[in-house]
Amino acid sequence: MTSISMGTSRNTAERLATIRGGAKPKRHNARTIAALTRNPGCARRAVLDTAGVDKQRLAAYIDFPARFGQSGFAIARGNAFESQVKASGAAELVKLLRERLGLPIPEVAYDDLETVTGREKETPEVRYARSRALLLRAAAGEDGAGTLFDHPLLGLDVAGQRVYLEPDLIAFQHEGRFHVVEIKSFAVVDGQADPGKVSAAAIQSAVYVLAMRQMLAEAGYDPEIVAHDVVLICPRDFSNSPTAVLVDVRKQLAVLRRQLGRMTKVDTMLAALPPNLTFDLAPDADGVPTRAPEALVDALQTVDARYAPDCLSVCELAYFCRAEARGCTAALGTSAREELGGIEQVETALALAKGELSPAEEQTEAAALLRNAARLRAELLAPAGVTLPPTLAPAGTSVAGAAG
Amino acid sequence: MSSSGLLVPRGGGSGRLVLPPGEAARQVIGEVLADLHSGQHRGVVVDSPPGAGKSTLVVRAAGELAEAGEPLIVIAQTNEQVDDLIDRLAQAKPELPIGRLSANDYTATDRIKNYSTVRVAAKVADLGGSSVIIGTAAKWALVPEGRWPWAIVDEAYQMRSDALLRVAGRFDRALFVGDPGQLDPFSTVETERWTGLTWDPMQSAVAALLRHNPELPVHRLPVSWRLPASAAPVVAEAFYPFTGFSAGTTAGQRSLSFAAAGFGGGAVDEALEMAATTGWALYELPARHTLRTDSEAAAACARLALRVLERGAVAVSERSPGGAPVTADRIAVGAAHRDQVAAIRAQLGAAGAGITVDTANRLQGREYDVVIVLHPLSGRRDATSFHLEAGRLCVLVSRHRHACVVVARAGISELLDAHPSTEAVHLNVPVKFPDGWEANQSLLGHIAAHRGMTSPHLT
Amino acid sequence: MSTLTALARAEAVAAGHAQRITTVRHLHVSDRPLVFLPLSMAGEANAPLGALVGTDPVEPKLLVVPQPRNRDQRFGFAAELAEVLLPYLDSFRGVTEAVAANRGREVRYRYVDAPQVLVPNSAGIGFVRLFGRSTRFRRTDGDYPVHPSVPLLGQWLTFLADRAEHPGSGMLLAMTEALGLHWATGQSALEDAHLAALLAWIDPGDGLTGADAAVVAEDPLRWPPAGPATDPTFDNEILAPAMTAYEEAAASGEEVRRSRARGVLEEAVRSQLTPTWELMWRGVSLLRRLPAGARVDGRWAEDRDVFSNFTLYVDGGGYPQPRRDGAVNAAQRLHRLERALQSYAVQRAYDDPLVMADHRLTGEAFVGEVTLADPHRIDDSGKRRVLRPRIQVTTGDVVLVTVGAVLHSPSRPGQKARVVFVTPDLSTGQTDVVLELSGGLGRSLSPAPGSVPEVGDRLCYTTLSDSFMPPGEFPSREETPWTHGGPPQAYEEPVAPSVEDAREEWA
Ligand code: SF4
Repeated sequence: MTSISMGTSRNTAERLATIRGGAKPKRHNARTIAALTRNPGCARRAVLDTAGVDKQRLAAYIDFPARFGQSGFAIARGNAFESQVKASGAAELVKLLRERLGLPIPEVAYDDLETVTGREKETPEVRYARSRALLLRAAAGEDGAGTLFDHPLLGLDVAGQRVYLEPDLIAFQHEGRFHVVEIKSFAVVDGQADPGKVSAAAIQSAVYVLAMRQMLAEAGYDPEIVAHDVVLICPRDFSNSPTAVLVDVRKQLAVLRRQLGRMTKVDTMLAALPPNLTFDLAPDADGVPTRAPEALVDALQTVDARYAPDCLSVCELAYFCRAEARGCTAALGTSAREELGGIEQVETALALAKGELSPAEEQTEAAALLRNAARLRAELLAPAGVTLPPTLAPAGTSVAGAAG
Repeated sequence: MSSSGLLVPRGGGSGRLVLPPGEAARQVIGEVLADLHSGQHRGVVVDSPPGAGKSTLVVRAAGELAEAGEPLIVIAQTNEQVDDLIDRLAQAKPELPIGRLSANDYTATDRIKNYSTVRVAAKVADLGGSSVIIGTAAKWALVPEGRWPWAIVDEAYQMRSDALLRVAGRFDRALFVGDPGQLDPFSTVETERWTGLTWDPMQSAVAALLRHNPELPVHRLPVSWRLPASAAPVVAEAFYPFTGFSAGTTAGQRSLSFAAAGFGGGAVDEALEMAATTGWALYELPARHTLRTDSEAAAACARLALRVLERGAVAVSERSPGGAPVTADRIAVGAAHRDQVAAIRAQLGAAGAGITVDTANRLQGREYDVVIVLHPLSGRRDATSFHLEAGRLCVLVSRHRHACVVVARAGISELLDAHPSTEAVHLNVPVKFPDGWEANQSLLGHIAAHRGMTSPHLT
Repeated sequence: MSTLTALARAEAVAAGHAQRITTVRHLHVSDRPLVFLPLSMAGEANAPLGALVGTDPVEPKLLVVPQPRNRDQRFGFAAELAEVLLPYLDSFRGVTEAVAANRGREVRYRYVDAPQVLVPNSAGIGFVRLFGRSTRFRRTDGDYPVHPSVPLLGQWLTFLADRAEHPGSGMLLAMTEALGLHWATGQSALEDAHLAALLAWIDPGDGLTGADAAVVAEDPLRWPPAGPATDPTFDNEILAPAMTAYEEAAASGEEVRRSRARGVLEEAVRSQLTPTWELMWRGVSLLRRLPAGARVDGRWAEDRDVFSNFTLYVDGGGYPQPRRDGAVNAAQRLHRLERALQSYAVQRAYDDPLVMADHRLTGEAFVGEVTLADPHRIDDSGKRRVLRPRIQVTTGDVVLVTVGAVLHSPSRPGQKARVVFVTPDLSTGQTDVVLELSGGLGRSLSPAPGSVPEVGDRLCYTTLSDSFMPPGEFPSREETPWTHGGPPQAYEEPVAPSVEDAREEWA
């Protein structure tokens, strides 16, 4: 059940093209697809992602640039580690696979599907076809079909559109069974790694597993020949020597299927939006946007957002949405909003707490709680004479105020 | 040696599915006992889905081991469980001397006091002559010495690994029995320092046991004697997707009816009729984001429970083919939080004094005829891992012998759809199934078809 | 988050600055804390890039690692850090005090003060933990010898990181958490993890609202991240060129050029750390202005105990802490942490009516006035006549305690109050609670003066109890049962570091 239904009608495709404007759809990779699962309740994001709008560029243009910069050191380190693992026909990798999977891997053929000379100009379709042919031969168990396939180009249907995934994986095949291998440069120290990073790696690998399964299923193979255990290769402790860990991505696969399935339901979402909605930057001949940023802000505001502080680490539009959500209890975090009785606006919550506003019927219980809380705070803070310490910083720009 | 649970496919073995339920269950119990007597395994694990006869197995195994002259201890998790087991064991083996190991301030409950064969003491030395000594894990942890050839660990999935570590020195071999689908043990301490370790003290005792001793046989009781035919497949599919189990009774053996006609009860009566005929009902309130202690929902839970009493519900079952009245002590209301429990209890008032109202944690292992469940996600704006936990919902919807009514605000399925997946992933930690999201979705899909006809807020 | 804290956050939004959520300070703040601001290199596993460290607000010591990937330089950094940290730790090993132990039968000694290390955020604590891990197994002989201070530093850093996990300990604190314990800002907890933004809310400065000040504080050019991770733009545009220049200069063999390049690099690192250094001391003075809660000293005394014990362990040549806890150690530690967490929560509520108010709001505590008292009531239903005074407390708080529950009053330690009746009066919104008292009444059948609350007294009763919880029993490590893998392997045992340990490959 790995295939994702493609329910997008022609009409929808046209609307999505309008929304995107003249620009080419933003290319997906495993990371961007994985990000789709992070705030699925947000219509704004769903519309932009489904249409393939470049959110990063949009955010920068309306002056709320995302802060997802990457340090050159980190990139260099990642590349160095990867090439070390892949050096001499992926010798280190093969050794780890033998140990970790306990497989008697005899001889190893290592095919890099990216760096075949003279093929740099190939279209994704051609590269996909070539990857597919090679992987299917391996699935069929043909002799000499290869063991390790580096950078196979995979495809996935996202919201009814075929997207090609920037290939950043190795597919490992042994006796007709495949494993996805991910090389990451974060360290595994004494068997533990940063759970956030492992989680990101797991969901990205799940994207590849899903894409491979879909491809094999289309060709009539049992999709389960792609293992749900992916092989994660990381530096061990503080060294450069690699270690391999198996990560079970079944839960991530379920999440992805769910989200990709939902994206095809974009029609209903679009129906609620103005027909001429577009995020076209209208670039001139030199690629300089000509559309007024205010117009784009207006366009954004026609689509409902569902801001939560988590957006700051997962969505390019977070700074814009945060500014928009100022004064909403959601901006204080989901648990704060819950404790405030789910009241939407900070102002309302405070007015209810002070008894200045009579609650609507559905607010009565929340209001009682808030009044009680306000009573306690007032009772306890006033007599104690607790006030904010006076500002320590001297006037002006300097905030230096060493211990007095 | 016929069985080793790990080698038998978890579906239960091919021939078993066609066996009548009683036969299938007997066969598994036979295999468990054979494993125990074989002396080949240091431990035997028995997974027991809700109402699958776990206590029967424990009592039987305890009786057989004790009669074979093997001194034996039983480790349960709560005082109530200890008293339950003693009660059943003393009935089954009227001659067997039983010791109850208790805290100093424990006063024996009435059901224990009546047995002349049961002795109560705070020290093992004062229980000399007992063939079986039963106590809580917390109490056993304070016993500094002594080693028994056998132990039975009851509700082992509720026990934390560190609690097992503290008592494991007291026995050579053990039978571990419990329900893997219920709530995992937890700790208030938040640290990742032990994640990935096979002896992570925060995991369940069985998880630690099997990670260190993967060769131990794991059996599974295949039949629920509690859940009716209407519930067993639903609960099995949502919460035991890989193993499954079946109902021990047929639809024809159980029925629920009311002595008084539903007159003027509107949606409440409709929900009860629905529950009586199909085993399930969804009493849906209009969508709204509410406080946890949503008074409308609490009132609905109370009204439903009271109405069962008012209308003189009668339960016909294999135990009482002539029908038995559903009295207050046969009705429970379950919720996720303590403050919800308090709110529901307040709504029940004096008329519902005998009705059990409790949190999922405390309802584990208990059984009623009719259960009203305040859905953990009702009225919520965000799902959290606490509210999504599969075990919580599983406990709530698997306590009943006849019918289960779920009270919920509309909108849960949208809530599930919008739930971000942000679960952290830890290396070398086995993934736990079922996923709370999937389990919730599966159950909701089933009960959505059991809405009352009229919308309750119109009444 | 409690409703009271959430309400304080809402109030902070409206007021434009952070709101207090405690009436007292729940942490010990040292007279002489050591502030430690580590930076690590992006992409590497805990490779130090530099640090500001010291006890003098105006004269921090700057440490810089020109090439963090270089193994020798990394341990050079460790040795330099040890030169600051170890003397600081030693400076507390002067005066001791005698403490009665084992129910007064023995006397042991502990230092009258102990070190307190402050880092900006929880990632800083993570750095301390990992750097401790990477240094404590190093050897001073063999292939890659390090300075003897390096493994010692590793043991101490590990010790501090372990303490940071212990609820209520003040030996290693993250400033964001210390401040967040006392103030609620008008932003989310996630944003509070940014020290500059958090302080912007607490102390926004002239004419700015907290929200505006926080937005400014998030600009990495004005306020570089508090580390250990650096700002990627800084890495790419300033640090990388400076490192390359240094490497070339070093390779050229020209000392003047090398030292100039090093100067550039040092200034670059310093520029990233100085703003945070100032924020840290601002945080310290904010905390110092809060009056300390009554039980803070008691917890600090525990820290001093643990510090004193660990100095003995280290002096005795104790092995470095194992990589991971063994089965018994893990269970014991969890038990310790759970007990500490519970008593820390109770102590804070007892020390601070505003913290207790969280429990009042959820019905686990109430404050009310004594409206009836029967101080001489005798219970003669049992074998022995006993003094069991009863009082009635009338409260406007929500009361969710049940009949039979045993309550305690923070102002009357050692006395138990069993709930006899709970009678809510719906017309006034008040609830009468009748309590039966035992303990702390004196020895005779009439109560000692002052031992029974009098009509008109205002009191708090709660289900929280700060009575002593006896520690649990555990098997010894050698007795680790078969259910948990049997007796431990060397991996989780403290042992002398092997040559293998010391040789862990390095970039
Ligand atoms: S940042 Fe805005 S668009 Fe992005 S997910 Fe959050 S609310 Fe939606």
